[in-house]
Amino acid sequence: MIDEFALRCPIPLTDHPTVQMGHGGGGRMTRDLIEQIFLPAFSNDLLAPLHDGAVFPIAGGRLAFTTDSFVVKPMFFPGGDLGTLAINGTVNDLAMCGARPLYLSAGFILEEGLAIEDLWRVVRSMRSSAAEAGVRVVTGDTKVVDKGRGDGLYINTSGVGVVETPLAIGPASVRPGDAVLLSGDIGRHGIAVMARREGLEFETEITSDCAPLTEPVRALLQNGLEVHCLRDLTRGGLTSALVEISESARLPMQIEEESVPVRDEVRGACEILGLEPFSVANEGRFIAFVPAAEAETARRRLGPEATVIGSVEPRGADPPYVRVRTSLGTTRILDLPSGEQLPRIC
Amino acid sequence: MKYLDEYRDAATARTYANAIRRVTTRPWTIMEVCGGQTHAIVRFGIDTLLPPEISLVHGPGCPVCVTPLEVLDQAVAIAARPDVIFCSFGDMLRVPGSQTDLFQVKSNGGDVRIVYSPVDAVKIARENPKKEVVFFAVGFETTAPANAMAVHRAKEEGITNFSILVSHVLVPPAMEAILSSHHNRVQGFLAAGHVCTVMGYREYEPLARRYHVPIVVTGFEPTDILQGVYLCVRQLEEGRAEVENQYARSVRREGNLPAQELIGRVFTVIPRKWRGIGEIPASGFGLAPEYEAFDAARRFRVDTYRAEENPECVSGLVLQGLKRPNECTAFGTKCTPLHPLGATMVSAEGACAAYYRYRRHEVPPAPPAPRVTSAPEGP
Repeated sequence: MIDEFALRCPIPLTDHPTVQMGHGGGGRMTRDLIEQIFLPAFSNDLLAPLHDGAVFPIAGGRLAFTTDSFVVKPMFFPGGDLGTLAINGTVNDLAMCGARPLYLSAGFILEEGLAIEDLWRVVRSMRSSAAEAGVRVVTGDTKVVDKGRGDGLYINTSGVGVVETPLAIGPASVRPGDAVLLSGDIGRHGIAVMARREGLEFETEITSDCAPLTEPVRALLQNGLEVHCLRDLTRGGLTSALVEISESARLPMQIEEESVPVRDEVRGACEILGLEPFSVANEGRFIAFVPAAEAETARRRLGPEATVIGSVEPRGADPPYVRVRTSLGTTRILDLPSGEQLPRIC
Repeated sequence: MKYLDEYRDAATARTYANAIRRVTTRPWTIMEVCGGQTHAIVRFGIDTLLPPEISLVHGPGCPVCVTPLEVLDQAVAIAARPDVIFCSFGDMLRVPGSQTDLFQVKSNGGDVRIVYSPVDAVKIARENPKKEVVFFAVGFETTAPANAMAVHRAKEEGITNFSILVSHVLVPPAMEAILSSHHNRVQGFLAAGHVCTVMGYREYEPLARRYHVPIVVTGFEPTDILQGVYLCVRQLEEGRAEVENQYARSVRREGNLPAQELIGRVFTVIPRKWRGIGEIPASGFGLAPEYEAFDAARRFRVDTYRAEENPECVSGLVLQGLKRPNECTAFGTKCTPLHPLGATMVSAEGACAAYYRYRRHEVPPAPPAPRVTSAPEGP
């Protein structure tokens, strides 16, 4: 495998000679970076599905393993902070594998000059989020970098969880006819962070949706309900989640725009900033693919905010498209945002 | 959402689409001038609600798209200087100049910042007196008042480390350039609502008369656009060529007079080069003589830059309504938002990017419907 990689190209060709902010945007550029740099280097069957985490067998069962790094600026925002994100991000990636999260590691990269008070606030948030999600932070690491070489605080968390369902949850299990469920309203996290970072003020304060998804996933999986795929909506929002799963499963989808809940204040902010609510980040929302016959049961288990937003269509042209039926009854496609979403001129 | 949902209502949209169908008796080609309208048309599939006789073509009103390549090169050269903080609206950062874009400059260590208002750039200048702060002042008449205000305020406050790289363009001269071209196929216009909010629509009246073309000042929501098309088709069918105001909730005939007064003080009308179209006389703003000290192109001596366009790109034809994006052979293959050959593929409001994002699954359309070469004489 190593030889094959070495033969292919000493430096894999990419579109940009240096890393750009868009490479971290969760859109097409991120996808290209993973496919051109990381996948060829580490290629293996556990990595290949590009799901939120890897699931592998051990004696007597299966484990899920994942990792995530948190570099959000600002460190504190309405509805959460870097600490709540660091716990919930990894917990949610495990939940999306159908796993019950158990243990987390935490690596802290501290910038010289960071207020201990801020660090303590973040760590306390991590403690309460971990308690809420039912996980323990069991190992960690601390590094300090010179002032000016970090944004105060970066956190990496890795996590393991046990997979207690016999289902193979992931894009490969998605089938034509599956219903697509969304667990709640979208876009609040991205707008809350952007508003705080850019000093934008709206009439109503928009708070992040940051939350652990362990409980809704546990409820969903009860009594052997057949769940084909789960994906939390993070960077790139609902758009990235749907397009990535559609491309991995090689199946087209049809989404009803009107059925996707977006709060008025988020829609208003998106209108002002020229952003698509579908592509704005979330930290406590996910989509689930279940057989149409199970859709209503699944929706009830996910609670009053959950909705069926569309369905998976039979295999057709390649690449498959995610089509959206607009409020006017017309159709457009969803496309991965190229890089970062950029506010428009006017 | 209040003040928005009512303009995206399916029943109202159907009512207008039916009304358009009722009044249409033959083929008409209508150009929406503004990129914001193009974006809404493609995103909501508004053209698919229209009868086949009505052909919407996309106009030059995307400020990112018509900013000439050499101005982008000037921006890149200025932004790369270690003594400069370069401020811009977000969507200019991804537009490639002849060699590179502002994102690349940023990743190479340039201090490039996204701001939401040019006045924020003045604040950055005030807070960083040892740095030169440059704002990339692109746009149509819509962004001109805020850009004028930034320069005016910097002068009032005696802030000397602030300047703007100006690439301001004006809508009416571009419409006239399109109308006076031998290749013109546009028979009616949806004028840009926000531009008219600032400037009013008096200056469109002579155009409508001279070229016998209806011009409907139109908003940006689906039902605005459908109503604008309806008013335009009705004029065409009746042989009228008037300026009508669909966007009355925002636009008055005389426009925003204090904003115009400020623009008139800070800027002066000059010839401007439009990307893909070429130089159009009296089609843009430059800084007026008493504000020339704030001209970044002069301050950093980049005003002599010249650049060559990629010959494969047909964005000039797209911007003049002569070609649709998916009629270009490079569309979606050689030219994508990540590898744009021209600016219409970069900006969210560019026609090519809108087609790519929302409808690249469609097969290219049949050649345009047979067209009427001159407007009818009367009802």
